[in-house]
Amino acid sequence: MISQTSPVPNRESSAPVQDLVRMAAEVRLQIVKSMGPGKPHHFGGSLSETDVMVALYHYKLRLRPEDPAWPERDRFILSKGHSVPAQYVCLARLGFFPLEDLATLKTLGSPLQGHPDMRKTRGLEANTGSLGMGLSASNGLALAARARGLDYRVYVLLGDGECEEGQVWEAAMTAGQYRLDHVTAIVDRNGLQAMGRTEDRMRVEPLADKWRAFGWNVLEIDGHDMAGICDALDTATNTAGQPTMILARTIKGRGVPFLEGEVSSHNASITPEQYDEAVRFLEANIASLENS
Amino acid sequence: MATLRGTRDGYGDALIELGATNDRIAVLDADLCKSTRTSGFGDRHPDRFFEMGIAEQDMISTAAGLALGGMIPFANSFAVFLAGRAFDQTRQQIALANLNVKLAGSSAGLTQGADGATHQSVLDVALMRSLPNMYVIVPSDAEEARLATHAAATHEGPVYLRLSRYDTPVWREAERPFVIGEVEVRRAGRDVTLASSGALLGKVLEAAEILASEGIGAEVLNVHTVKPLDGAAILASVARTGAILTFEEHSVIGGLGSAVAEILAEGRSSVPFRRLGVADTFGESGSAEELLERYGLTAANIVATARDLIAAK
Repeated sequence: MISQTSPVPNRESSAPVQDLVRMAAEVRLQIVKSMGPGKPHHFGGSLSETDVMVALYHYKLRLRPEDPAWPERDRFILSKGHSVPAQYVCLARLGFFPLEDLATLKTLGSPLQGHPDMRKTRGLEANTGSLGMGLSASNGLALAARARGLDYRVYVLLGDGECEEGQVWEAAMTAGQYRLDHVTAIVDRNGLQAMGRTEDRMRVEPLADKWRAFGWNVLEIDGHDMAGICDALDTATNTAGQPTMILARTIKGRGVPFLEGEVSSHNASITPEQYDEAVRFLEANIASLENS
Repeated sequence: MATLRGTRDGYGDALIELGATNDRIAVLDADLCKSTRTSGFGDRHPDRFFEMGIAEQDMISTAAGLALGGMIPFANSFAVFLAGRAFDQTRQQIALANLNVKLAGSSAGLTQGADGATHQSVLDVALMRSLPNMYVIVPSDAEEARLATHAAATHEGPVYLRLSRYDTPVWREAERPFVIGEVEVRRAGRDVTLASSGALLGKVLEAAEILASEGIGAEVLNVHTVKPLDGAAILASVARTGAILTFEEHSVIGGLGSAVAEILAEGRSSVPFRRLGVADTFGESGSAEELLERYGLTAANIVATARDLIAAK
């Protein structure tokens, strides 16, 4: 259950947890379908972050898809820009652009670029892709809100490998220094980066202690437990005087058995047979949720 | 004697003026606010002045966020760090996104002085000029810098202001309006074009005086906007004079000299042409005047080169 002790005064609408879980299953299917077989795509990170993304877009963020420039809207920046396909699906489902556009992912002339381009895709709030920069931009958005007397909140999703970028820690200092309690950061802690395990490539732990040392309120959750994600987001909303970091433990490639926990899922090309298997599995998952 | 000031001083004045009239103006600095002349704004508007610590990359990305939130941020550091260290942030988050961020690169060029090569920015124009959507403005005196800063604030889109600590008189005529992209004819002449960008305009004006005393008419162009560059104005001047020299406190690779070379080549101009600047090398420690002398950025060198160009016609 979503916490009853954490009111969400700034939430315009939200779905019950079981609906969010079903949505996440549908989003995973749509991600895989938009990517298709035979072309390299960032399956792993898109699928690991899906539950968090769904909770943000369908539970937490105050948005007006019909008015993307609404000044009071909450902002979400995907700092790990390579996993934008999950974000595209959520934006399309909310009506920022037609669902049919998802089929054009990463093709010439498509509004859906390989990495987020706010000038091409309706609903995106910043340009990311080169890693390590999204938290800084989120801080800037929060400082702008403070200077202008606006009440929007800023959410940013980082990769765990991304935390190897030095700028992440510059931005961590800034958010702590300015006590940016309207900034909520989430790390998609799937444990894998492009070439291997994060702890083998460049040790990022102890992440929780590090963020605490930088002045953050740190929450550690299961990034596939929808109720827990929603609770953590509400806790962040209700935390005053410091920014909140949600360390979300996830499984890379979550939802497609042959991709789960596989380093190669980071940027993989799947065969037509694998594609069919993934679609069958994800469709069965949706059906089981509908019957439950 | 006229007061001597650097372009950074006019910039600082403009920030104070802008801050008083436009509550969207924000200023970010990376622990150099005395030198970058942003402390005047900071003292008056602590709610819109953001000390970012010694972290230029975070500063540039934060500025992008401020722009996304509707502010008009001016991000400040020495040019060498602003343009160099945070280039990828500027590329992705500001230029590609075409955000309304102003970058002020201070203490640019050799006249940064005694701190030496690590702190002397002689490549920043090349870097910033390569970025789509980015305007590059290099004011020549404090008053021009003041006006350029106002123009940059009004322009919707990213602007790089290249500023100097080199103190000079104000060369600019009192009533001349500042128009981004205009190539200003500061002195008319028929024999050679001297195209200058930046705070060493005085050297060029001095050279033109010397040439005039020899009966040579030099047309002095003040090219305060290196991008977008008014190529037609350059070609028109060359059509009048038949020879052109560029002069800048920057590498001859990638700055005004390169930009003019591109214009001349594509304009099928074959007039005698020379680039005076820092000759594909780094600087070193020294006083501003010592360094300008050692690296050939002097009125005497302009005069000698102009004579060569005229002889080569």
